[in-house]
Amino acid sequence: MKLALTAALGVTLWVAGLGAAVADTIKVGVIAPFSGPFALYGTQYQQAIEAYRAQHGSSAGAHEIEFIYKDSGGVNPDLARSLAQELLIRDRVDYLAGFTFTPNALAVAPLISQSETPTVIFNAATSSINRDSEFFLRTSFTLWQVSAPLADWAYDQGIRTVITTVADYGPGIDAETGFKQTFEARGGTIVDSVRMPLATTDFTPFLQSVREADPDAVFVFVPGGPTTFAYTKTYNENGLREAGIEFLGTAETEESNLQSLGDAAIGLNTAYHYSAAHDSELNRDFLAAVAALDNPAPVNWASVGAYDGVHLIYHMVAAAGSDGPAAVAAAKGLEWESPRGPLVMDPDARTVVQNVYHRVVERNPETGLLQNTETGVIATVGDLGWDR
Amino acid sequence: MGLVLNIAIDGLAYGMILFMIAVGLSVTMGLMRVVNLAHGGFALIGGALAHWLGDLGVGFWAALPLAILGTIAIALPLERLLYRRIYDLGELQQVLATIGLTFLMIASVNWWQGSALLTIPMPELLRQPVDLGFRTLPAHRIAVIGLGFAVILGLWGLLDRTRFGVRLRAAVDNRAIASAHGIDTDRIYMITFGLGAALAALGGIMGAELLPIEAYYPLRYMVLFLIVVAVGGMGSILGSFLAAIGLGMVETAARYIVPELATVGFFVLVIALLALRPQGLLGRVQP
Repeated sequence: MKLALTAALGVTLWVAGLGAAVADTIKVGVIAPFSGPFALYGTQYQQAIEAYRAQHGSSAGAHEIEFIYKDSGGVNPDLARSLAQELLIRDRVDYLAGFTFTPNALAVAPLISQSETPTVIFNAATSSINRDSEFFLRTSFTLWQVSAPLADWAYDQGIRTVITTVADYGPGIDAETGFKQTFEARGGTIVDSVRMPLATTDFTPFLQSVREADPDAVFVFVPGGPTTFAYTKTYNENGLREAGIEFLGTAETEESNLQSLGDAAIGLNTAYHYSAAHDSELNRDFLAAVAALDNPAPVNWASVGAYDGVHLIYHMVAAAGSDGPAAVAAAKGLEWESPRGPLVMDPDARTVVQNVYHRVVERNPETGLLQNTETGVIATVGDLGWDR
Repeated sequence: MGLVLNIAIDGLAYGMILFMIAVGLSVTMGLMRVVNLAHGGFALIGGALAHWLGDLGVGFWAALPLAILGTIAIALPLERLLYRRIYDLGELQQVLATIGLTFLMIASVNWWQGSALLTIPMPELLRQPVDLGFRTLPAHRIAVIGLGFAVILGLWGLLDRTRFGVRLRAAVDNRAIASAHGIDTDRIYMITFGLGAALAALGGIMGAELLPIEAYYPLRYMVLFLIVVAVGGMGSILGSFLAAIGLGMVETAARYIVPELATVGFFVLVIALLALRPQGLLGRVQP
């Protein structure tokens, strides 16, 4: 009898021990800029992750999830690769996430293919990245995904002639091609395609030329921050708006610099997948969860990209634990409701299929702050650049 | 014809902004011969102070002088504590000391005001477009053009027509002998450095409509400041002025005619010019 009791106790302990082993910790390595001019991205990712944890706890299925943050600075593929190596080998992470810049994401492709590590891209928006590894999943957007629907929308508004002005680098050219092909396919005319050097500080010559050519609208893609500020100022000051030349943009009115654009931004048209002013319960909860953190950063597309990325990671962990290929299989075709609207993880392109909204900048009547007011969904699309 | 006029007007406006943001460096690095990579940092401090004062509700015309005075108040102790020790050191040491100072300034502003754009609200007067007959130009660009001419005239008067200017040139040319003649060279250097910082702040604030102030401003535009001073010729304010206007015109013309090559063209021109005249447009050959 005593022996049986001891044996039973032993079995119970062994089972308990096994249970503890099942509730293991899955580590997620986040590679993002946490210092330098782009540090805001890192802060936004971290706050989105903390907001998600505050809402949903720190475990998925039988697994605890732990995040490890690594600072990649700016565009630095070598550093991104060695940080990924360190995370995979020394910290033994089961998932990678983050990646603001395309070159940084491309640099880790061979590593994640070899180690079979699911890697969730929170931002980098060049279509071709996902072709480099089966293990990339993207919860942000691609430039094709937002600029092609914008061309459709513009044509539907009666706009027939457009000049495209884009910054002369990868994303700018993606945006230009996406807009141009769609607009011309509908029967519109691209009068001129101007590629502006990335280091441009004075946009007056470009916009003065646009004004003299007098098209129905000007399409723009320039990197955020000082460039967008100078571009929109120049658009207004050179009287393009008075001349009736519509502004067509994408991320130019994003939330982190929107207030600094001031009244000059009111009335600008953009097509994009997320506005912090999106009218839904989920979005308000998300904004409130971020606002409850210390020193909350502005919430924009980068924040929501990370938030949905964490959702995807939680789902993969619950479904497949640390089994990389099974986790990717579980992510494919996943449907969920995000603060930006409904999402589906496209099983082929591995970029989310989502609503693209037309927005216009307005002052919020209650707070007096500028916001991107969504006027409607203009397309529900996946990565339109995947097959190009 | 319209194109030529456009290039002339926009080139002048852009060149004048280049001159305004670089003239302070022309004073500290050109005249005082200290490799002052922290020049953009003083512009940043001026701009950040103007932004902060604007947030507090101070009007632009009051915020402008206050921000410049604030920058001087930060620059003078720095001159006394740091710059005075590095005047006689080699160029590499000066580069290291001032780039380190730049990083400190960036980190301080980043900590104080964050990394978003720090806009300086312009008064109504400077915001409206001005009709030139054949096109419009924003009023603040016209103000910058006017201010640029005022600064170059003021500096010429100060350096060429006053006793202070004579003493400064003497102190720069041979500090020991100037000192032996009873010129208080420490004081002259301190005042001139303050002047350089004040001009940096003025340029930062007035140029902010085109080159907006944010924490990384000093690094983002450092090459631009250095090019203007190097092409103009060390120690020559007029040289910097001509270089800024010339480069502004050339780059603007390229943006109108061959947009894709504007930046490349700009740098090719700078390289060619410095290959032919390493001392710059109006620079003296170093003894």
